[in-house]
Amino acid sequence: MRQEPPKESIIGAPNYHRVSGPSSGQEKLSSLPVSGLDQAAALRGRRQLAQTGMFGLFRLAVLINGLALVIILAFLLYNGVGAINWTFLSEAPRDSMTKGGILPCILGTFLLSFGAMIVAFPWGVASAVYLHEYAHPGLAVRVIRMGINNLAGVPSVVFGLFGLAFFVTWLKLGVSILAGALTLGALILPVIIGTAEEALRAVPATYREASLALGATKWQTIYRVVLPAAFPGMLTGSILGISRAAGETAAIMFTAAVFFTPRMPSSILDPVMALPYHIYVLATAGTAIEATRPLQYGTALVLIALVFGMNLIAIIYRARLQKKY
Amino acid sequence: MFKNRQVREKAIRMAFFASATVSIVVLSLIIVFLFMEGVPIFKDVPITKFLFGRSWYPTSDPPDFGIFPLLMASMAVTMLSAALAIPLGIMTAIYLAEIATPRVRQLFKPVVELLAALPSVVIGFFGMVVVAPFLQETFNLATGLNLFNASLMLAFMAVPTITSISEDAIYSVPIELKEASLALGATHWETIFRVIVPASLSGLSTAIILGMSRSIGETMVVLMVAGGAALVPTSLFDPVRPMPASIAAEMAEAPFRSDHYYALFAIGMVLFIFTLGFNLIADHIAQKHKQVGAATL
Repeated sequence: MRQEPPKESIIGAPNYHRVSGPSSGQEKLSSLPVSGLDQAAALRGRRQLAQTGMFGLFRLAVLINGLALVIILAFLLYNGVGAINWTFLSEAPRDSMTKGGILPCILGTFLLSFGAMIVAFPWGVASAVYLHEYAHPGLAVRVIRMGINNLAGVPSVVFGLFGLAFFVTWLKLGVSILAGALTLGALILPVIIGTAEEALRAVPATYREASLALGATKWQTIYRVVLPAAFPGMLTGSILGISRAAGETAAIMFTAAVFFTPRMPSSILDPVMALPYHIYVLATAGTAIEATRPLQYGTALVLIALVFGMNLIAIIYRARLQKKY
Repeated sequence: MFKNRQVREKAIRMAFFASATVSIVVLSLIIVFLFMEGVPIFKDVPITKFLFGRSWYPTSDPPDFGIFPLLMASMAVTMLSAALAIPLGIMTAIYLAEIATPRVRQLFKPVVELLAALPSVVIGFFGMVVVAPFLQETFNLATGLNLFNASLMLAFMAVPTITSISEDAIYSVPIELKEASLALGATHWETIFRVIVPASLSGLSTAIILGMSRSIGETMVVLMVAGGAALVPTSLFDPVRPMPASIAAEMAEAPFRSDHYYALFAIGMVLFIFTLGFNLIADHIAQKHKQVGAATL
């Protein structure tokens, strides 16, 4: 949508100067009829108005975002805080999940997300090191980057199907922590690669040059100089990866999580309960959906606190790192 | 010894190259296993009947495996959420990149990042317990769990994606272009609208496509708030059952390697092909219309 026809603004531009600076000696300007001046003033007003109006809209857009976040947080806090107490955090669900706590879910989410990190971190960092330190632009890099981008776009439920067909069925891991962690590991791999590469990019080239000039090989330079300098940044990325994995539901539905298990997992081949899946189950398929609302709010609040806590740490930590370089 | 060192360096380089292919390997495995478990359905159900069949009754006898209603539901929620998320996301990006003072930016950038970090199950939960009753009462509907509610929730998931990619695109517009426009007497808004947005159009398109790709594949939200009826939607407030919702809801009850199981994997294939397509288009745009320096406009 055009705000004003372009012709007007071309005529309008010189007039605009005439209005603000009467000392302009240009023949063309001074010979303009008086009505032209009025037109110009009106036009300038309209252009300013267009700007004020549009900027107002932009401000509104940002405010809507902020409001959405505040509303969701306030809503969960208001409803969930009452449900949270020591029993809730330290006990297993009782009476077909209508009472008791969520300890197995917290533990399950913890195991799954850290498991995913252990799987994805080495591969992700190695990929990033190759892409940023070794690779020259060319077909290989283009294909690898396309692979990463497409992997990042795969829907989480498709990761779930893949995990079911490959890890659970084909590798015979069963519905287990291991299968879930491997599936989540594949899911967060692009996040890890992206943040690790960003961390490598932040290491000044002078570090590498100094090391190479001292006679170190490329690998020695990477291992002794580049990686230690980039490590804090990579850690930030891994925190984001863990938080992403912790909130993921669809990918663990068929691979790791179960409605309810009476005992704590004793090996990585056991299935677990998990916070996000627990919320889904209680809210849609529980025995008493309305009666367990407080439990649902409480579980959601714990999950949000976990995820946001990790994200805030990452954001603050990153801001401090950026100041360093 | 010097030779040894060179051999070792080469070996290390190769090892890193091998590790870097892990994403390709995983992606290939996903394709192989998805198709391995999905293709068998086409022995019993012809592919056209699968895609355009109008009824999805996987558990009746004989079962019907027509995913057309699910496909239409996915399209509908994606389009509607895009219609909401694109203006919101791009306007937010322009504000953060162009208009906001550094302090405002510092405050709102984490807001967008935290929105992106919201687990989808929590957004779905919010849609169920807050938005659904609200819609039901306000518009006097049979159920608040419907197409509109799902699109609204999806839009909030797509906005951070669109915003952060658009913001990068806007930042990469060369400052010379902006200065030239301002020097010609254009207002800041005119500069944004006529210079900065056109110059970053390829980045903005990439942002939009990736945002839509995220919406079509998002599962928990549509599973919890879309309503779940496998019907071709005719109104904004119809309950629908998009493809990811069907997979997530039915996989647990589908007997292992039954037709139903194969059909769900085949839906996964369709979904995968959609998101792959979106991503390839985005990749193509980003490569072809790369923003390099001031000479591109």
